[in-house]
Amino acid sequence: MDTKILVGTRKGSFCVEKADGTWRPRLAGHLGQGVNFLCREPASGTWWAALGHGHWGAKLSRSKDEGHTWQDAPQIKYPEGAKYLAPPMPDESGDAPGPVITRPATLLKLWMIAFGAPGQIHVGTIPGGLFSSHDGGESFSLNRPLWNHESRGGDLFSGTGTGKTDWFGTPAADGEFAPGIHSIVVDPRDPKRILVAVSTAGVLETTDGGQTWRGKNRGLLNDYLPNPAAEWGHDPHYVEQSLGQPEHLWQQNHAGVFYSSNGGEQWARVSQPENGVHFGFPIAVDAKDGRTAWVVPGKADSERTTVGGGLFVARTTDGGQHWQPLRKGLPQEHAYDVVYRHALSNHGDFLAFGSTTGNLYVSEDRGDSWQSVAHNLPPIYSVRFG
Amino acid sequence: MAQVELTRHLFKFFPQLEGQRLEVEATTIAEVIAGLEKLAPGFAFYICDELGRLRTHVNIFIEEERIADRHRLSDPIGPKARVFILQALSGG
Repeated sequence: MDTKILVGTRKGSFCVEKADGTWRPRLAGHLGQGVNFLCREPASGTWWAALGHGHWGAKLSRSKDEGHTWQDAPQIKYPEGAKYLAPPMPDESGDAPGPVITRPATLLKLWMIAFGAPGQIHVGTIPGGLFSSHDGGESFSLNRPLWNHESRGGDLFSGTGTGKTDWFGTPAADGEFAPGIHSIVVDPRDPKRILVAVSTAGVLETTDGGQTWRGKNRGLLNDYLPNPAAEWGHDPHYVEQSLGQPEHLWQQNHAGVFYSSNGGEQWARVSQPENGVHFGFPIAVDAKDGRTAWVVPGKADSERTTVGGGLFVARTTDGGQHWQPLRKGLPQEHAYDVVYRHALSNHGDFLAFGSTTGNLYVSEDRGDSWQSVAHNLPPIYSVRFG
Repeated sequence: MAQVELTRHLFKFFPQLEGQRLEVEATTIAEVIAGLEKLAPGFAFYICDELGRLRTHVNIFIEEERIADRHRLSDPIGPKARVFILQALSGG
């Protein structure tokens, strides 16, 4: 496989390839349209794009010729009767609508795409639905056990549920305030084992292909809760595994970087604020060594931009005990790049990340040095090797 | 037959509708959308959400009047009415 970097941006899809020693971007479709996530399906080679049309809603798009032409895929729709509990919004009537309200679910955002066994495609959405296809993307259906999970408020399809939800919202819902699934981690040894991460709720796991789910949040700490170690209410920004050592899981969380060496049974906070490693959105994990991970730190949640105007990547090779700042080739002054959760990726010794200021940076030596290969792209939402 | 005019933005997604005189047998806006869905499968989900409600940033006019019922699209239309489906200018 030639090394290709697929880049989803606010204004289109791009493919970056190395030719004659130089990384070159090309427009690969969807000009003018928001591309939340762009990736390649390993089994078929199909490219998939999660589009967010401003006016026309969220749409799934696919290409069988590496982005030269695109077609709308069979669309993801919430089934009739899908509802969720949400905090009441202030309205002008002055009537208190009660502690929670029941809202009908319609698709607000396609956020993340992941692949399981050949033909299996999973899509995370807002308002918090996991949709799966088992026929190569010809049809998608809502995972009801997760949708009806007790943490979410129970089964609202057939009843009134529990009346209480531990799932809150994300401002990424494009004008709404609803929960979102942004991370889907499929165990390469067993595609029935899937972890999802929800903003804001936490991490859930199935080991039976989605029939039952349970929380995997032990050890997470949310400093913005009265009880930071509560079972729910966590804000994982992105969760990733080591492909070769899937028991090694990492998450960049709103409240720090967390690592688990036992498949998420127990998380440990391994960030080091004194070294600038704490807040951020994306995380990448080495495919061979589960103790090695990379983050792109930001300065605290109150600022959410680079630390001191200098952009750096931090790498650990020992499960987060030590972090090494990697700055070579990255701008060290007047740089205010923000890197979103899906916009850092790795493949072998290659790493790539893109920022909301339209810069794309590539390393060919595990982050030791970097080059900026595009400077004026639209705001970058996702970066994936394909 | 309602005569339908679409914003050119929609032709990017449904090129088969471009340059055509779009006439649909319909007595309500909902029937207009259903008729266009037959001509261009997938069209309705660009205009409406899963519940059949008009998307927030889409407008439909009958002649020069914006439709009143954005939830069920029940606004009646006369036999030769012109219907416009446009993206809303939502400010900015």
